[in-house]
Amino acid sequence: MNNLEYHGEVRKMMIILSKASIENVYAAFILANGARMEGIDAELFFTFFGLEAIHKKKLKKLHVATVGNPAMHIPTLVGAMPGMEAMATKMMRSEMEKLDMPEVEEFLGILKDSGAKIWACKLAMDMFHYKKEDMFNDIDGVITVGDFYKKAEGFGTQILFI
Amino acid sequence: MEKNINGSNIHVNEEGYLTDFKEWNSGIGTELAKECLIDLSPRHWEVINYIQGEFKKENPLSIRKIGKSGVVDIKEFYALFPKAPLKTASLIAGIPKPASCI
Repeated sequence: MNNLEYHGEVRKMMIILSKASIENVYAAFILANGARMEGIDAELFFTFFGLEAIHKKKLKKLHVATVGNPAMHIPTLVGAMPGMEAMATKMMRSEMEKLDMPEVEEFLGILKDSGAKIWACKLAMDMFHYKKEDMFNDIDGVITVGDFYKKAEGFGTQILFI
Repeated sequence: MEKNINGSNIHVNEEGYLTDFKEWNSGIGTELAKECLIDLSPRHWEVINYIQGEFKKENPLSIRKIGKSGVVDIKEFYALFPKAPLKTASLIAGIPKPASCI
């Protein structure tokens, strides 16, 4: 298929993840994995708090946001009480397990094996004082925003910010 | 709709998936694979046999499950059936399109 035959189909998803709450991390992962399953290229760019999803230690402790999340249907003050986030997270994890949804680390492995690319944002890495060794072993590199746009070149690329 | 393949008439939906698994045989699988530009090797057949087995047991398929099958890992699955592996393998195997997002 060459560019003369381009009919508007999605050929590549460039997904930027800027948050580390479980619901956002899974949204990004499922969209990337779903793209690969359809034969669409997928690249993930982790920036700001999104970096926690590829930080070796932190990726094991991601939470659901119970405060400032209207869809939780619990009052903000209750959501802020000790233990609420942990409880909500536990409930969500058990629901996800029922759906055969992998843990974050396993999901990263599936994405890599499926041919998705995983990039860490250089500026955010510097800001949080993270080193490449702190991150999930299989990341493809630490890059700038400019590098990321370069990788987005071509017909049929969509950029998505989460 | 009807489709003539490998000398027999089969029924497929608008996306090309067989609507009745009973109409499938390995000759049809080979021809369907050719339409997907895949020459089936013994490794392909092992994967196809596995997913047909899961279909018969009514187990839904997902990429994660394929990876844990012990038959093929995810990397090889993508290499054997490039582009959309789960969909392509299901089409060749004569089973419905999987409804999985993972």
